[in-house]
Amino acid sequence: MFKNLMDWIEYRLPIMRVANMHAVQYPAPRNMNFWYVFGFLATIVLVNQIVTGIWLTMSFEPSAERAFASVEFIMRDVEYGWILRYMHSTGASAFFIVVYLHMFRGMIYGSYQKPRELLWLFGMFIYLALMAEAFMGYVLPWGQMSYWGAQVIVSLFSAIPVIGPDLVVWIQGDYVISGATLNRFFALHVIALPLVIVILVFLHIVALHEVGSNNPDGTDVKRKKGSLSEDEKTKFKIHEYYTDKYDIIDDIVPFFPHIVLKDLVAFSLFLIAFCYVMFFNPGMGGYFLEHPNFEIANGLKTPEHIFPVWYFTPFYAILKAVPHKLGGVICMFAAIVALALLPWIDRGRVKSWRYRCGLHTWNLIIFAGVFIFLGYLGGTPQEAWKIIASQILTIMYFGFFFLLWIYSKNEKTKPVPARITG
Amino acid sequence: MSNVSLDANDSSVAESQPQDNNRRRFLTVATSVVGGVGVVGVAIPFIGSWNPSVKARAAGADVEADISKIEPGQLIRVVWRSKPVWITRRTPELLESLTKIDDLLKDPNSEEDQQPEFARNEYRSLKAEYSVLVGICTHLGCSPQHLKDGAFEEYVEGVPEGFHCPCHGSKFDMAGRVFNNVPAPLNLVVPPYMYLDDNTILIGSEEGAA
Repeated sequence: MFKNLMDWIEYRLPIMRVANMHAVQYPAPRNMNFWYVFGFLATIVLVNQIVTGIWLTMSFEPSAERAFASVEFIMRDVEYGWILRYMHSTGASAFFIVVYLHMFRGMIYGSYQKPRELLWLFGMFIYLALMAEAFMGYVLPWGQMSYWGAQVIVSLFSAIPVIGPDLVVWIQGDYVISGATLNRFFALHVIALPLVIVILVFLHIVALHEVGSNNPDGTDVKRKKGSLSEDEKTKFKIHEYYTDKYDIIDDIVPFFPHIVLKDLVAFSLFLIAFCYVMFFNPGMGGYFLEHPNFEIANGLKTPEHIFPVWYFTPFYAILKAVPHKLGGVICMFAAIVALALLPWIDRGRVKSWRYRCGLHTWNLIIFAGVFIFLGYLGGTPQEAWKIIASQILTIMYFGFFFLLWIYSKNEKTKPVPARITG
Repeated sequence: MSNVSLDANDSSVAESQPQDNNRRRFLTVATSVVGGVGVVGVAIPFIGSWNPSVKARAAGADVEADISKIEPGQLIRVVWRSKPVWITRRTPELLESLTKIDDLLKDPNSEEDQQPEFARNEYRSLKAEYSVLVGICTHLGCSPQHLKDGAFEEYVEGVPEGFHCPCHGSKFDMAGRVFNNVPAPLNLVVPPYMYLDDNTILIGSEEGAA
């Protein structure tokens, strides 16, 4: 009876086929370590943001007069409003934490290299859309930092020659940041960008499953058809979509349940940290929710210090390091474009840092340090030494890409194992 | 790969028919062009609706300021287009001092287009005594603070009065001219304005302009 029903549906909608292709019979390298949980976590956070976001819009009023008060209304008077809002605000920071770790995983294991260039690019587009989404979301509570943060970011566009000033008026819908700006940011934040992000995530996953998952060794688990003996092939049932084109070596496990169960362990650890922040420290010392934002927006009173939220501060430091307006804006965007171009900047053929030269390992570690230090400089009050420091670090940031481009051409690498290790 | 094609010509049915590729190409191009024009036309309301509304334009109208009660050395703030506009009454000593700091400034002669033509002068104003400036930093739009009676010396030695931006440390003199080695690239903006009479300034329009 039940089977008949399932067959009836399957004949008309390929539910089981898709589930098999993308989960139950999807070959995942068996050595995927903890670095591989952040994509899963990012998906979970995305769902959290969408669900809590829908609930928040039920009580939020997107107007300059009512926005701030309606957020306070949510916090004080709406049943469980405080928990929904803190899930959403903590989720925003959590999103960037897992996405940064996810990106760094891609860098250390060379997951951007051929044939995963497009996969990496979709990821970068998700990151860009996520930044726009987070920025516009931060404007909505209409606090002082919402307002002045928007002022700083929107006026970046005024640096564009000729059309800049008119473009700013067009973006704002007014001669200043105003209720009109708030309203359109609300529309983009709750409808346009979430749609874009969901579509990009879908494409990201489709592209991933087409080329297959990388792993810490960078050893390909898909081999040329007919190149493996029956002994060497995996004993797991793998979908014909993959086995028709390749021989799958005995170094894989099906994504479901094996990898999913591991991801769920990571998820439970993540939840502990998430709940600690959400319940006990939602402001995270002014980093997740900045103190000036507990005061309503006032266009005639600039806060003493203006910082973006922590996840933008590395780029903000680069912006401030350049003593030229347009130059600073260009450098800031170049910092993101350079990441997107990694598949072409890295001319090496060996993916994982396990088997690349020692310089590469140090280059990656220093890059991560530079990124964090830039974040510190961009998120703390201006001091004379910090300008010099952020200039040096900006050069080091771009130096990572330049060095990589140089040494990856004729790099002395270690032999990559034919089979997955450990 | 080769068995996927977007071209209907590949079908064996079409092969049996006589083909007129020029006609087909013309129709494809013509349809695409007409369709493209339609897309551009439809985009107009979507893009245009982002422009300031009639209400926003009305709120951006000119404002009058009464300057009869400003004491020498005092700064008053007027709101124009929701931006702070500073009107300062400058003392003769201050005006005198402005002529002596040219080499500390990025653009002492107001060569960059940050003011109406009438304000492209030593004091960046219609009448030397009154300065009218938009109080928004040209770096990233914060509102600088007015520091006077020597408080500005902390930032620029020997200059007792000026504007200091708390966001990224940009500095301006009392004519709104930007100092060297700060993030702000340009002098403060002088808005269009005119004197309606000796005691009243109209901000938003200048004489002779429509």
